Amino acid sequence: MSSPFHFKTRLNLVELLGRTARDVTELYDGIREVSGSSIYYHTHRFLQQHHYLYPEPPNDFAFWISQALRLEKLGEQLASVDTIKLVRIGDLRDRYLEILRFFLTQQELSGRCQTGEEFHFMSCRTFILPTHHRAENLREFAAQLEQVSVDSLYFHMFEARLRLGQDINDFSRWLSVMGYESLAERIARLDPYTITLEGLRRKIVALVQEHDQN
Amino acid sequence: MTKIEEYTPIVGQAVIDELRLLGERLAGRRIKNVNSTAVGGGVAEILMRMIPLLGQLGVNAEWDVIRGDDHFFVITKKFHNALHGVHEQILDEDLAYFLEINRQNASTMDLDCDILFIHDPQPVALIEHKRGGRWLWRCHIDFSRPDERVWAFLKGYVSRYDGAVFSAPSFARMLGIRQILISPSIDPLSNKNRELSDEQVNEVLDRFGIQRDKPIITQISRFDYLKDPLGVVKAYQLVKEHLDCQLVLAGGGATDDPEGAQVLAEVQQAAAGDPDVFILFLPPASDLEINALQRASDVVLQKSLREGFGLTVSEALWKGKPVIASAVGGIPLQIAHKYSGILTHSVEGTAYWIKQLLQAPDFARKLGQNGREHVRNNFLITRHVREYLLAFLAMEHRGDVIQL
Repeated sequence: MSSPFHFKTRLNLVELLGRTARDVTELYDGIREVSGSSIYYHTHRFLQQHHYLYPEPPNDFAFWISQALRLEKLGEQLASVDTIKLVRIGDLRDRYLEILRFFLTQQELSGRCQTGEEFHFMSCRTFILPTHHRAENLREFAAQLEQVSVDSLYFHMFEARLRLGQDINDFSRWLSVMGYESLAERIARLDPYTITLEGLRRKIVALVQEHDQN
Repeated sequence: MTKIEEYTPIVGQAVIDELRLLGERLAGRRIKNVNSTAVGGGVAEILMRMIPLLGQLGVNAEWDVIRGDDHFFVITKKFHNALHGVHEQILDEDLAYFLEINRQNASTMDLDCDILFIHDPQPVALIEHKRGGRWLWRCHIDFSRPDERVWAFLKGYVSRYDGAVFSAPSFARMLGIRQILISPSIDPLSNKNRELSDEQVNEVLDRFGIQRDKPIITQISRFDYLKDPLGVVKAYQLVKEHLDCQLVLAGGGATDDPEGAQVLAEVQQAAAGDPDVFILFLPPASDLEINALQRASDVVLQKSLREGFGLTVSEALWKGKPVIASAVGGIPLQIAHKYSGILTHSVEGTAYWIKQLLQAPDFARKLGQNGREHVRNNFLITRHVREYLLAFLAMEHRGDVIQL
């Protein structure tokens, strides 16, 4: 007998590190030295704060490089890092550093941003709480998923995988244990970084309902 | 008193459930807020709404106000200006008097709490009298270019706190304590923001003699140099050369702001003789009037030179209004330029965009709609309550990932 799925939620408290960057070199140094939580925050913040606006994940590093330093090509390279393929925050950090290092070795000079447009390094502390939502079968799972907050959806799809070091999202893991391997696989294959959170919710609910009816 | 459940239709049941879960984790703690004014200004407004909601979530939250005479508030007003980067002459005896008033307050105030949440510089030195508990300093003002002497003085006290809370990333400083980012918020159910009927809006306009036959441009703010009301009058005058319109400058004063009367007089002089300019000095209980004036407006301005956060921007956005505001303090967090409002840097730029928006109502409407959704997701009081609860919980836990 498999155990039910307990929905959890996660809530972030943003912290300011008091560290800024004014050019690519300072951004590189910062990315190298700040905590993994800071890298996580700057690459996932947009997903939450603008989840109804943009499906794409314009991570803070890419956004700042493009907007404040006007280095559109470099910004695009940073924005297009395939986050879903990178399992650990450390892998993400290494990939950004690699791109920035290559840029710095190719360019003799890169300008500074205007005063007031500095990059502010931040971080987040994440609180994980159990919710009252639970599911014992596919029908209940779809029904509960429609009701939980976007924070809960976010936790199970993003945080559990990248932040807590699991190699697969929570939903797929539970569905696999329940014997729904193909459904688990289909959800795991979704790229949650190219869809809004509400769109992601609708998509997963539809996949689960479709599987339940067949 | 507003019930927490009343927010459900606006933010959804799940958001309210999460607040309750967090509240349960803080049961039994005694949390005290301290600021310097019970009425007027954004801080008092937030606390007035926040404290009852925290109570409904099972959190024992209190609010105390420090007492000071006119001399003390003249000094703290100088601090306020200096921290916003304005040059002020502050004497050693001013600093000594400031500390003395803090000492007097500490001797009469019950500071035996689990968490002390101290708002802004006025009561910052209460930390000298810390006997226990966790102390958080909440800075509501624009700290991006503070006067170094005043900041050096205050830093000696701030760095003794267990953590500091700022409203925008650029306000963070090199401090040896944890610094938290929490944006302020508006209450969609308050008299200042709740839905009003056309009759209610018209009644307010009639009372002030404002006509609806020509566009209304409005700035709601205290009469304070840092809100640049004189710049607003100039921008309006530039627009008026080409488009017939009205200007409403409305705001009140706070008990800790002795400068307001002087600013008001200068604004009245700058607009003298123009029957289409309405300068309204409103008493503290004018929330419905402010709500109606914002709802009646075609364009809302917030042309501040410095800003802590600029909550009036969120208020106007929540009412679906196109807002033109300066890119200072927390305003860029509320407005994405040309998406959820307009960011400007000068009187001329403000005038240019007023003309644009008055003549492109579809674009103006779209800005307002986007702005309202942005506020719904990021700047309503429910998000603010959640982050305060998290900040209190953060004082009790270590690590970046906390299982509650």
